[in-house]
Amino acid sequence: MSIYLNKDSKIIVQGITGGMGAKHTALMLDSGAQIVGGVNARKAGTTVQHKDHEGNDVTLPVFGTVKEAMAETGADVSVLFVPPAFTKDAAIEAIDAGMPLIVVITEGVPVQDSAEVFAYLQGKGTRMIGPNCPGIITPGESLAGITPHTITGKGPIGLVSKSGTLTYQMMYELKDFGFSTAIGIGGDPVIGTTHIDALEAFENDPETKAIVMIGEIGGDAEERAAAYIKEHVTKPVVGYVAGFTAPEGKTMGHAGAIVSGSAGTAAAKKEALEAVGVKVGKTPSETADLMREILRAL
Amino acid sequence: MDLFEYQARDIFEKHGVPVLGGVVATTPQEAREGAEKLGGGTVVVKAQVKTGGRGKAGGVKLAHSPQEAEAKAAEILGMDIKGHTVHRVMIAAGAKIAEEYYFSILLDRANRNYLAMCSVEGGVEIEQLAVERPEALAKVAVDPLTGIDEAKAAEIVDAAGFADDVKGKVAETIQTLWTVFTNEDATLVEVNPLVKTEDGAIVALDGKVTLDENASEVRHPDHAELEDKAATDPLEAKAKANNLNYVKLDGEVGIIGNGAGLVMSTLDVVAYAGEKHGGVKPANFLDIGGGANAEVMANGLDVILGDEQVKAVFVNVFGGITACDEVAKGIVGALDLLGDHATKPLVVRLDGNNVDLGREILATRNHPLVTLADTMDGGADLAAAKAASPAA
Repeated sequence: MSIYLNKDSKIIVQGITGGMGAKHTALMLDSGAQIVGGVNARKAGTTVQHKDHEGNDVTLPVFGTVKEAMAETGADVSVLFVPPAFTKDAAIEAIDAGMPLIVVITEGVPVQDSAEVFAYLQGKGTRMIGPNCPGIITPGESLAGITPHTITGKGPIGLVSKSGTLTYQMMYELKDFGFSTAIGIGGDPVIGTTHIDALEAFENDPETKAIVMIGEIGGDAEERAAAYIKEHVTKPVVGYVAGFTAPEGKTMGHAGAIVSGSAGTAAAKKEALEAVGVKVGKTPSETADLMREILRAL
Repeated sequence: MDLFEYQARDIFEKHGVPVLGGVVATTPQEAREGAEKLGGGTVVVKAQVKTGGRGKAGGVKLAHSPQEAEAKAAEILGMDIKGHTVHRVMIAAGAKIAEEYYFSILLDRANRNYLAMCSVEGGVEIEQLAVERPEALAKVAVDPLTGIDEAKAAEIVDAAGFADDVKGKVAETIQTLWTVFTNEDATLVEVNPLVKTEDGAIVALDGKVTLDENASEVRHPDHAELEDKAATDPLEAKAKANNLNYVKLDGEVGIIGNGAGLVMSTLDVVAYAGEKHGGVKPANFLDIGGGANAEVMANGLDVILGDEQVKAVFVNVFGGITACDEVAKGIVGALDLLGDHATKPLVVRLDGNNVDLGREILATRNHPLVTLADTMDGGADLAAAKAASPAA
């Protein structure tokens, strides 16, 4: 088991012929993920050549529309490597086609576009991960995104994080245990899947024994996650929050990572998490040690 | 990006929101000319700073003549308001105010939609009103797909409890402010106060606008002109010109990493390590982004080494899209280019994509200033130690 993504997931890539799309299609195939095709309206009917994880040649069809791609391949996941100006339309196309899961890797999507997409998918049966995220990996089974698949393998830990590279760092720190699924939800102000969504899914996933939740400054998603954990999560959760030394009023890379006034500080988030019994590490390595202690005691 | 009041006023005017005349001035002389342009009568001289509480700080003054406007501008220009130096004033036409209201529309991160807030009690600190008399502040959720149409505007003015004689006009203004919010891709449009003048007109007297920088990049090239270049740190400007995400901080350990989260985390780990090494602190935030090549890395290093405060540099990269060999090539290239001008020690920690190749490049070059670290914690500790005492 895992969350949102497993070995049976059939993935298409919107933007498969672009530079980023092509590069990461190759890496996803290398991880063993089932990539079944791609979409580019201007290159419909063509194919792209890749290798699978055993080194065999793979010819992937390029479709004109997501709808067609789904009908032909049975795809149930779409990964979007589409420039920010066109991301909204590409996401809406996938939602209209009835795609169960869309993973939006694209960075720099206008926030009103993200808000419109999120409003649009309500009640339509599509889950969005991202935008501006590394995507999701179920080690040893599948990868929909850009997380390096070589860091570690399958294991008992579920991981949810706003940040991509911190996801990699934490997977590396805990490579001795491995992960059920690691999901990077993205650092934008409006995202499709939140910490709370992932916590709920991990709580319900029998393979996940403990959860690492990585947050960062800005907004109050971590505080809301803390309230959710108190009410609904029975599995042990270890937390980490980046940005203790971030000054007020300066955006730290992610559009959402800004301390405004007294709100959004790392200290406030740590306090909220600790108040509900979540152990919070000061650094990634300390967080990994806290998780190790918990797993050894299980 | 937060705008100055005068920029918000100009944007309001462009979209047809009723505003009063306003002219921006950077010298007392310009202030007088501005007052003359507005008819020579009573004006308000307003400090243009991106912070609240300027009225209390003496940054807003009434002037009854162009001469007086010049004198008041001389007093206000150069003033320090909560750490913001006043470089500009706005000369605003005077208004005879009958009533003051409040309106804002903003991105609601928690609910992933928009929130309109409105009150018939404007002109006050709205945070204070929200706490003390929450019933006086109407909060209405706005669906991003339908926005503020006629019906939604009516719902907002009803919820705020406007009197019948102004309801229609206020609702109309709110709809126009919605077009500002969407057409300019704002995350905040606030009018405080929105006023009714003695002759019954509705006017946006003071505005605050925050623009979404992603959207400005994608579809508003004109927004680049709104940037406050005077306030930008020279190193930040240089980094921006190279498309680097850099924030200058007050410390001694230069930081370069990939990915916002990892860089923020690196700052923290360096600050903790610094506690053991004479209290040295991170000097900056610098994210080279995903998939950075050698040139980007070299540009980043150039910015950091240009910071005189920096005593040592910590490069912390976990390659996902970014390849460690490119990072290593960037470091070697930048150091070779600098030659004898490179004097600051570098601690480099690489992991992930092409890590062996990256470490090999650095080991082969064997530059005397570069030390390889195996872990993030170890690298942070070493960099802090070197910043505290470069001989370490």
